[in-house]
Amino acid sequence: MASAALRKQLEDTIGGPLALTPRPDPELLSTGIGEVDTQAGGLPRGALTEICGPESSGRTSLLFSILARAGEAGEICAYIDTDGTFDPASASAAGAVLDGLLWVRCSGNAETALKAADLIVQGGGFGLVVMDLGDTAPRTAARISMTSWFRLRRAVEHTRTVLVAVEREPHAKTCASLVLELRRARVGWSGTPGCSQLLRGLRVGVARRKPVLAVQASFTARAV
Amino acid sequence: MYACLYAPEHAAAAVACAQAFSPRVEETAGGIVTLEIDGLERLFGGAHEIAAAIARRAADTRIRANIAIAGNPDAAICAARGFAGISIVPAGDEAKFLGTLPLAALDPPPEVAETLARWGIRRFRELAALPERGLVERLGPEGVRLHRLARGEFERPLVPLEEPLEFAEELELEHPVEQLEPLSFLLARLLNGLITRLGSRALATNELRLFLTLEDGKPHERTLRMPVPMLDGRAFLKLMQLDLEGHPPGAAIVRVRIEAVPVKPRAAHAGLFIPLAPEPEKLEVTLARLGALAGEGNVGTPELLDTHRPDAFRMRHFGEARNGAAVAAAGPRMALRVFRPARPARVEVVRGRLAHVSADGVRGSVETLAGPWRTTGDWWTQTPWARDEWDVELSGGALYRLVWEHATGRWFVEGSYD
Repeated sequence: MASAALRKQLEDTIGGPLALTPRPDPELLSTGIGEVDTQAGGLPRGALTEICGPESSGRTSLLFSILARAGEAGEICAYIDTDGTFDPASASAAGAVLDGLLWVRCSGNAETALKAADLIVQGGGFGLVVMDLGDTAPRTAARISMTSWFRLRRAVEHTRTVLVAVEREPHAKTCASLVLELRRARVGWSGTPGCSQLLRGLRVGVARRKPVLAVQASFTARAV
Repeated sequence: MYACLYAPEHAAAAVACAQAFSPRVEETAGGIVTLEIDGLERLFGGAHEIAAAIARRAADTRIRANIAIAGNPDAAICAARGFAGISIVPAGDEAKFLGTLPLAALDPPPEVAETLARWGIRRFRELAALPERGLVERLGPEGVRLHRLARGEFERPLVPLEEPLEFAEELELEHPVEQLEPLSFLLARLLNGLITRLGSRALATNELRLFLTLEDGKPHERTLRMPVPMLDGRAFLKLMQLDLEGHPPGAAIVRVRIEAVPVKPRAAHAGLFIPLAPEPEKLEVTLARLGALAGEGNVGTPELLDTHRPDAFRMRHFGEARNGAAVAAAGPRMALRVFRPARPARVEVVRGRLAHVSADGVRGSVETLAGPWRTTGDWWTQTPWARDEWDVELSGGALYRLVWEHATGRWFVEGSYD
């Protein structure tokens, strides 16, 4: 009853029938990991996605898988490396196409990273833009103003670019369309403890924190 | 209508004299200059007046030249070579007019000249009187060419001189300019002129050279290279501004010169199913801005080096394809986050086993470990390396790569697995 009254009031205000059309679902970029795609649905284009988690929680493994998938599709990617921790050898081993990758090293300056992300998104034409704040101190990352996040969200809106921020904790709040929280489920070791062990891989749990409907997924990042 | 100046002693001056009358000037040979004179009647009158005007101009510049006018270039050339002073070859009567000239005026090849001499042919009219078919059989195509020249009937297009294309704009300043902002207005003006000239010839540029002369007399030169030919004034100006901000001149500027290297414009046709890519023009400006923001060496594409040395890569300009296609990995791979520089660590060893690690931002007792993995390399060079690596899981649960360097005997945390 209340909604009908509200509708009537709105129609009186705008002077015509109210025809609401549902917003089309955003186009999605695959993460390259079937389990995550099935549960989380992929990364939305024209929106900001946050990948969060503590150290050794599989954030970079997931990120390199996304880079590999985007590179495989012929997309041009940008990696804004706030703390200079990007390892080209690891990325290449994960299947990322280095030729189509623009790497910007920001010497530990989060402000430079934000400005670089803004420039790249405004420049247009990139399929995937990654802003890696994964080793930035939480206090520094928390100081990034909401205005900056809103600016990034506005810049990426109505483009086909997937903007991904990698952090320890989510900071973009309402500006992020998708938040994936990663945790280390299990570290895989093989061999005899104390004499001939080998690091086999990392079992990673992925929880979708936004949109609100929480779903869980997991994947294994192999070391060898 | 064509005119010919025959001035074997003043070849360069004859070209300059001809260019004063027509833009279509051919330097046929040293001292022989042919020019198209269609349209000059309105200025000077008939053929005689045109020839007289050319002769006056030649005399003013102290050129001694024979001048001939004819309906085709080669008839004019033959007349100028054969007759002194001014000659006007009447249209349709070329064979008769040129008939008295010696064959040497045709400059035939030596073997043909010898044959014709044996036949007793010494003048144009004698050659013109021979049947063309018989000449083809005996002398080949060269015989036909000479026959037509002798009759004054040889037709060919003129091959005009091409002026060397130089795209440069220059400005001498009355007052020295010290700041970059007022300089930008001057650069915009010069660039607009260059772009208009390039565009009028359907050309673009992939290299711009900026020459600044400073107040203290020193030059300041910058070169901007674009990966694709461009013709976008705003992009050029922005690139120049960013470059000058990064490399400012040391003193006030008194003279500005910009040169553009002309190239054919980029012809690109985007496919419907080709993935999105940045526009090259915009991308260059974005890269220049990123370079100014993060430092030039911090922006580019990583290229892995062909070595086993850890963290071996180099940065190259974004957009140059070289690495080749990546090898698709089967499933996600565990990634390493590299600490640059590696963090010096203190490692406690208890009963021959790593027990505790502490470094900047890394602290904990070793729960599980794998290693050591010994690697060495470049021992044949001045910069050898040798190290032992461990993969360690600390009490907090995080995974790190721990390194012991042989040369220094020190421990480092090289990165974290993530």
